[in-house]
Amino acid sequence: MTGSMDLPAKGGFSFELCRRNDMLEKKGLKLPGFRKTGTTIVGLVFQDGVVLGADTRATEGPIVADKNCEKIHFMAPNIYCCGAGTAADTEAVTDMVSSQLQLHRYATGRESRVVTALTLLKSHLFRYQGHVSAALVLGGVDCTGPHLHTVYPHGSTDTLPFATMGSGSLAAMSVFESKYKEGLTREEGIQLVAEAICAGIFNDLGSGSNVDVCVITKGKTEYLRNHQLPNPRTYVSSKGYSFTKGQTEVLSTKITQLKQTAEVAEGGDAMEE
Amino acid sequence: MSIFEYNGSAVVAMVGKNCFAIASDRRLGVQLQTIATDFQRVFKVHDKLYVGLSGLATDAQTLYQRLVFRHKLYQLREERDMKPETFASLVSALLYEKRFGPYFCQPIIAGLGDNNEPFICTMDCIGAKELAKDFVVSGTASESLYGACESMYKPNMEPEELFETVSQALMASVDRDCLSGWGGYVLIVTPTEVQERVVKGRMD
Repeated sequence: MTGSMDLPAKGGFSFELCRRNDMLEKKGLKLPGFRKTGTTIVGLVFQDGVVLGADTRATEGPIVADKNCEKIHFMAPNIYCCGAGTAADTEAVTDMVSSQLQLHRYATGRESRVVTALTLLKSHLFRYQGHVSAALVLGGVDCTGPHLHTVYPHGSTDTLPFATMGSGSLAAMSVFESKYKEGLTREEGIQLVAEAICAGIFNDLGSGSNVDVCVITKGKTEYLRNHQLPNPRTYVSSKGYSFTKGQTEVLSTKITQLKQTAEVAEGGDAMEE
Repeated sequence: MSIFEYNGSAVVAMVGKNCFAIASDRRLGVQLQTIATDFQRVFKVHDKLYVGLSGLATDAQTLYQRLVFRHKLYQLREERDMKPETFASLVSALLYEKRFGPYFCQPIIAGLGDNNEPFICTMDCIGAKELAKDFVVSGTASESLYGACESMYKPNMEPEELFETVSQALMASVDRDCLSGWGGYVLIVTPTEVQERVVKGRMD
């Protein structure tokens, strides 16, 4: 197929533009950087289930592209996944596995298991040999109990009672290693996760903004978006900028009225035969 | 030099009260030489949905043609226009499909959704969506645009004030970027009308 008819593709990656991009690179034009989620993501197992946490900064090189992005992705009603690495890869891979899990739920009629999500993720990532740069912390509660796993971009996984990933993982792991114990209560778990994420936010340059927390227990999931906002914007000028009308020099103006939708009046006389 | 700096571009979208603004610069260059000063970067998908494409100009035009094609197919099948959220997912999927050989474009999508609620979003060149409630920027002037918009933006601006704010932010930012500028093109879309204006800027 030489790209004559652009029918919607059947899925999977398309490598049409690779030759052209290689040619551009040889001519000396550098390929762009992708948006990464610098990130601190954590998870821990407490007595009734799993708590996941993430910061909310998305970076593009040294610039903060999004001050409040969502890094805790939905996989199944009882399984959530935090993602670090290239933002497009984490979103795409978690969306894809989430759809596969839903189809599987329809086929089996049962609640999804965490190991199912884990196997789907690791096989996809291994197939692409690390080029799909997604590092994930997967957690959930199913019929066999609470589970927490980490998945690395090349496809290896670990099963752990507490885990951290991302550029802020060392800062967060230091908090976990000092304060984690088995049999934490829900409040203690949330408190510890928030502390670990804050350690990442304040000490790692790639993580920042707010703390998102997700608590998963048997039969109930709570997604606490922006659970803590330790970095409010305090420097805003109260007056703001105001521009007088007509301050900008305009060369030409064109105003198009949009079509108004016509209301069809009901209850007129019926048409004659 | 990066591939994104080959043509030079600046695109910004901002949310107002029941309206949105999408604006771009007008320069088309080949590295440091200016080829055209009336290049279109903001395209209409349907009456209440616009897409601005910064980055490599040829990829912007190709991507726009593919998006319009997909939207027309959608209109034929569904007998209605696409919602902005759906369109954003479509663009994201099209870009991610080319993950290992991407289009060198950073799209900005702006539209009025249900109940004429303004919707804006941007993505990087492989489709990582970033939804925002205030403004989104892309292009070679993006760093200046971030700064200008961050200071000049106010929530719930009426269309006249929104136009002034977006134009001033765009003009201030492209003046600090060699590769973009040469005038500005600003579109304000409200539920009842679309205002297109060409703004006068420094031609250097």
